Amino acid sequence: MSSNKTLITLTLLFSLSIITGCSELRVLEPKGPVGEDQKELIIYSLWFMLGIVVVVFGLFGYMVFKYRDRPGRGNKDYEPEQDGNLKVEIIWTIIPLIIVTLLSIPTVDTLFDLEKPPQSANEEEPLVVYATSADWKWFFSYPEQGIETVNYLHIPTERPIEFRLSSADSMAALWIPALGGQKYNMAGMQTILYLQADEEGVYDGRNSNFNGEGFSLQTFQVHAEEDTAFKEWVNKIKNEKPELTQDQYNELLKPSIIGEMAFSNTHLEWVDHGTMMGSDYSIKRHQNAYEKKLHLKSLDKADAEEEGDADEAQ
Amino acid sequence: MKLSEFFVTGEPLIYAGMVAIVLVTCAIVFLLTYFKRWGWLWREWLTTVDHKKIGIMYILSALAMLFRGGVDALMMRVQLAFPDLNFLNSQHYNEIFTTHGTVMIIFMAMPFLIGLMNIVVPLQIGARDFAFPYVNALSFWSFFFGALLFNISFVIGGSPDAGWTSYTPLAGAALSPGPGQNFYLLGLQLSGIGTLATGINLMVTILKMRAPGMKLFQMPIFTWSTLVTCFIIIFAFPILTVALALMTIDRIFGAQFFTLTGEGMPMLWANLFWMWGHPEVYIVILPAFGIFSEIIATFANKRLFGYKAMVWSMILIAGLSFLVWVHHFFTMGAGAFVNSVFSVSTMLIAVPTGVKIFNWLGTLYKSKIQFTTPMLWSLAFIPSFVIGGVTGVMLGMAAADYQFHNSYFLIAHFHYVLIAGTVFACFAGLEYWYPKMFGHKLNQKLGKLSFWLFVIGFHITFFPQYFLGLDGMPRRLFDTAPEWFTLNFISTIGAFGMGAGFALFVLNIYYSYKTSPREKTGDSWDGRTLEWATPTPIPHYNFATQPTVKELDAFHDMKKRGETTYDESKLKPIHMPNYSGQPFIMMGLLFFSSFALVFEWIILSAVFLVAVLVMMGIHSFDYDDGYHVEVEDIKRTERQLRGLNDEHTGS
Repeated sequence: MSSNKTLITLTLLFSLSIITGCSELRVLEPKGPVGEDQKELIIYSLWFMLGIVVVVFGLFGYMVFKYRDRPGRGNKDYEPEQDGNLKVEIIWTIIPLIIVTLLSIPTVDTLFDLEKPPQSANEEEPLVVYATSADWKWFFSYPEQGIETVNYLHIPTERPIEFRLSSADSMAALWIPALGGQKYNMAGMQTILYLQADEEGVYDGRNSNFNGEGFSLQTFQVHAEEDTAFKEWVNKIKNEKPELTQDQYNELLKPSIIGEMAFSNTHLEWVDHGTMMGSDYSIKRHQNAYEKKLHLKSLDKADAEEEGDADEAQ
Repeated sequence: MKLSEFFVTGEPLIYAGMVAIVLVTCAIVFLLTYFKRWGWLWREWLTTVDHKKIGIMYILSALAMLFRGGVDALMMRVQLAFPDLNFLNSQHYNEIFTTHGTVMIIFMAMPFLIGLMNIVVPLQIGARDFAFPYVNALSFWSFFFGALLFNISFVIGGSPDAGWTSYTPLAGAALSPGPGQNFYLLGLQLSGIGTLATGINLMVTILKMRAPGMKLFQMPIFTWSTLVTCFIIIFAFPILTVALALMTIDRIFGAQFFTLTGEGMPMLWANLFWMWGHPEVYIVILPAFGIFSEIIATFANKRLFGYKAMVWSMILIAGLSFLVWVHHFFTMGAGAFVNSVFSVSTMLIAVPTGVKIFNWLGTLYKSKIQFTTPMLWSLAFIPSFVIGGVTGVMLGMAAADYQFHNSYFLIAHFHYVLIAGTVFACFAGLEYWYPKMFGHKLNQKLGKLSFWLFVIGFHITFFPQYFLGLDGMPRRLFDTAPEWFTLNFISTIGAFGMGAGFALFVLNIYYSYKTSPREKTGDSWDGRTLEWATPTPIPHYNFATQPTVKELDAFHDMKKRGETTYDESKLKPIHMPNYSGQPFIMMGLLFFSSFALVFEWIILSAVFLVAVLVMMGIHSFDYDDGYHVEVEDIKRTERQLRGLNDEHTGS
């Protein structure tokens, strides 16, 4: 009896959360074609899963209720020696196999699609952005535009972005839930992630792969805007921001939390961490810097920066 | 090295932990001295090679570890209940989720199940002990000292903080200097020896020591699950051993296997880790399936539905478990083809698992269900595990996984399978076999209360986390943003429900010890398998005469024919192994060797290692053949336990 109550509560909880929850969740409210593909796949699979849950919960509730031992039940409907039935066993092996097949086809299909830039309306070449992670910050280099930003980036809407991911030290993962799934940033190698924004807006991005003390604060913002606005922004950075020197870059690579920055050149001039040559660049220069603790207390980057500056002053 | 570097300083919570450790140690020493129990402790427990006592020690240690891992979990949930709470800082939080994961998998789930296997498997197959009882004791002490080594890290030297997966390069010497990560490597290495040895030991026991007549396909399903698990252990654990050794050599002796410098390959670690890690998941879930199968059949008062399909599905799952490790890092960029292959192999696991779910439902069909506490745990497992299972399939769809990976969706999924699967099974199995171990049942009322608290708490904790994941909350975040407050707060409330359920469970152990009626027969639940054929308490030699088995559910059928396993006319002297203090001392020395290596005191470590090798050498010349229990002694014990009329004694 009591198990049946759990069942009812669970089903209620489940459906309630589904109804109230899904409408505002980032992954299910994507702002670009990549996230859209993934959302469609998720929703498609969710229907199968709901079906399975309903069938199993239904059978479970029925069995538990109907065949509970109760006074006066006697031996009606009681077959203690029954130990199998080939026909139903074959059925419940084949149905899951069919479901797995039905899930596999779109999965494989989407997997191959995601390796290519999304189809864009104006058939433009993807915009190349090198996204380099370093403990605990992001460098975004635009080689064609000759600019580099730290901890934020601007992208044009309705144009595929080809992120070339790598890391100066620990492994990270670039994840912008509103635009689509993530991929790892690894030192000494390059991975490619295609994303695209179809709607203007400011989206949260972060490192989603734990990489030490400052992990929680390794976030950035993506400003998606129309092509003209994007070009304006590029020009502004190009004209108004200083050049990044190698010394300054090396200093920035040190494990730390820093705010947003922009420069009118890129660090690719002297190192690409996505190549085998670049994999020990940071470690060699900052060997002893990783011992220091940052004593982070909240997700507020400004606090963490102050703390770091105070440590520096000592 | 200064003392302030040796002990962890500066954290009030850790100071409190230190005080607690000192007080508890003092209390234990005092009690043992006051009641003059030191000799008893040594003779009856520390030197034992009896599988039943070793099993009990495994379970007690696992419960202690469940407490430790649980406190870690509650501390994390408190920190995440409110944004910017600042209960734990980032570093402390990282240490805690690392130890939570490692403790729960390596030092709680596995030993708990191995403890149950220790006690139950020899009894189920009608054996008198393990094939290698001495090695069994060695295994236990290697686990025990491995766990001890890992656990002292939080007061001495500092806890590891690179996650239970310890991905390089983060976990390497360059990015994680200090002893913390060494504790992880050597604690796991030390306990891994024991796990591997247990795998071999149990496999030989099951293959060679079954009661006469018992064919492989007449073995109880829990024994089958153990056998399959042993295969996984034997093939998977060497990978972990090698991986840990490589990283230890990297960190302590400056090699470059997983480093960023010297053309090391940090991503090789992720591969090696999961080539062990995924089979590991099945090491802790298959025995759980076995336990549920036994309990469901017993309390449904019916034969297990589709026994052969159940066995074959476990074998299939075990095989597939070695072919899916890449699904833990679909996002590494291995390409669409590789991801497709591993996606499909991952989803295929759902088929044999689904077969098992339907077979349990089939067992319930036309049965008579008794809602005892172990049965409640087993029934709650089915729907809860299905939620974990279907979300697992969703995670297996690589293209979608790019969005789920590293998020709370993943956290929710694996807690749904590991808690609803493994933890429920540990509780269910312990309550089920408790009368066999301690001679009395656990109180059913308290047991049910703790069940409801735990299960409801569990769903409240983890169900909201699916939605946190879909909203983009990554795992291992030490502080939450205001937008995720509500769901996190609900989750924390649930965690305290689970905590209360566990506390009540432990309280029940004490309460039942005081109040439960003692078992009069050995067959506490009208059981179906041979462990229930032994009297309670079980004589140290288990079976006076080995039963001849003709069918599955051997004891159930014996009872129907009015037979017992005891045949006085066939009594013969029983050969039993002697107790030995060597396993305890040997593993103690290995503990000191590992501890020295953690702090990179190489010479000291080598000295202890040599001592271990010398002990091994000495043991290889040990011709101790054990002893025989005489027929008269067996007769007296059995008659007393079985309440038989003993007119012959004394004459």
